[in-house]
Amino acid sequence: MSIEQGRRARAGTPAPRRRVSVVGILGELFITAGVLVLMFLGWQVWLGNLIDGSAQKDDSVALSQTWNKGEAAKPASNERPDPGPPVVGTAPENAVQFANLIVPRFGADYTRPIAEGIGVDDVLRYGVGHYPGTAMPGAVGNAAFAAHRTGHGSPFFDIEKLQIGDSVYVETEAGWYRYVVRSLEYVQPTGVGVLDPVPQMPGVAPTDRIITLTSCNPVFTASERMAVYGIYDTWYPRAGGPPAEIAALVKASS
Amino acid sequence: MYGALWRVLPGPWWVRLLIVLALVAALTTALVVWVFPWIDQFVTPQDVTVEEP
Repeated sequence: MSIEQGRRARAGTPAPRRRVSVVGILGELFITAGVLVLMFLGWQVWLGNLIDGSAQKDDSVALSQTWNKGEAAKPASNERPDPGPPVVGTAPENAVQFANLIVPRFGADYTRPIAEGIGVDDVLRYGVGHYPGTAMPGAVGNAAFAAHRTGHGSPFFDIEKLQIGDSVYVETEAGWYRYVVRSLEYVQPTGVGVLDPVPQMPGVAPTDRIITLTSCNPVFTASERMAVYGIYDTWYPRAGGPPAEIAALVKASS
Repeated sequence: MYGALWRVLPGPWWVRLLIVLALVAALTTALVVWVFPWIDQFVTPQDVTVEEP
C-alpha cells in the first residue's frame, strides 16, 4: 500500500478507477483466442482421440464378450487341425456392428468395432466401416474397410506403420480370420479400383480372399487415399480358441 | 478484462483462485464435450473412403 493509498484509505475516499485500455482488452482477447486454438489442437490430435478411441475399444470388447462363451480363454495350439474353409457371415443392416478389427501393429490392446457401411456420422464416428457390397470377412473376394486417420478415435492413425507380413485379424461371432499385410498403394479419392474383388482388376473373378484397409492420406489431410492390402492366411473357429498372437488381448476382453 | 474479473470476485485471494480454477474447469469441459466436436466437422478431413466421382 503506497503512502498515497494509505492516506486515501484513512480519509475514506475510494481509490481511483483503474483506466481500462482498449488495446489491453484487445490483447487479452487475442491471447484468449490463441489459447483456445491451442486447446482445440490438443483436443484434435490427442485428447479427443483418447476419449473416442477408448469408447470404441469398450464397444469392441463388449461386442467380443457377447460372442465369447469361455472358449476364448485358451489360445489355439500351433498343431491344431486344419480348420477348413472359413465360415462366412452375411452383411447386417447399415451401421450395425458385426465384427472387430484387431491389429497387433497398432498396439497390443488394439481392437476396434466394425460396422456395416461407411457413413461419416453413423459408422466411422464409432469405429471401422465395412464397404457395403464388398466381400464379408473370410469370403473369396475383397473385404474392404475404411476408418479415420484424424479425429474420431483415429482407428487407422498408424496405418502407414503396417509392414509386410503383419497380422490383421477380423473377429466375428464365428471366430478370428487372419490376414497378412502384403502391399499398399496411394490412390485418388475416386480410386474405387481398390475395392474391386481383385483390387485394380475390374471384372476379374476373384480366387483369393483379400482384405483392404482404406484411410485418408497424407495424415491430417484428405487429398489422397491410402489402401493397404492383406491376403487371407487362416482362420480360428471360436470353439478352438483365439490365435496365440492376440490371446492376451482376447483374454483381457473376456 | 481478466483483471476486472479478478477484482469483482469476492473473498480472499485463495477463494478467488478456487473460483477461477472452477470456471476454467467448467469452460474446458464445455469446450471438449460440445464446442470442439462441433468445430471438428469443419476443420478435420472427414473423407477416408474411396468413392465414385
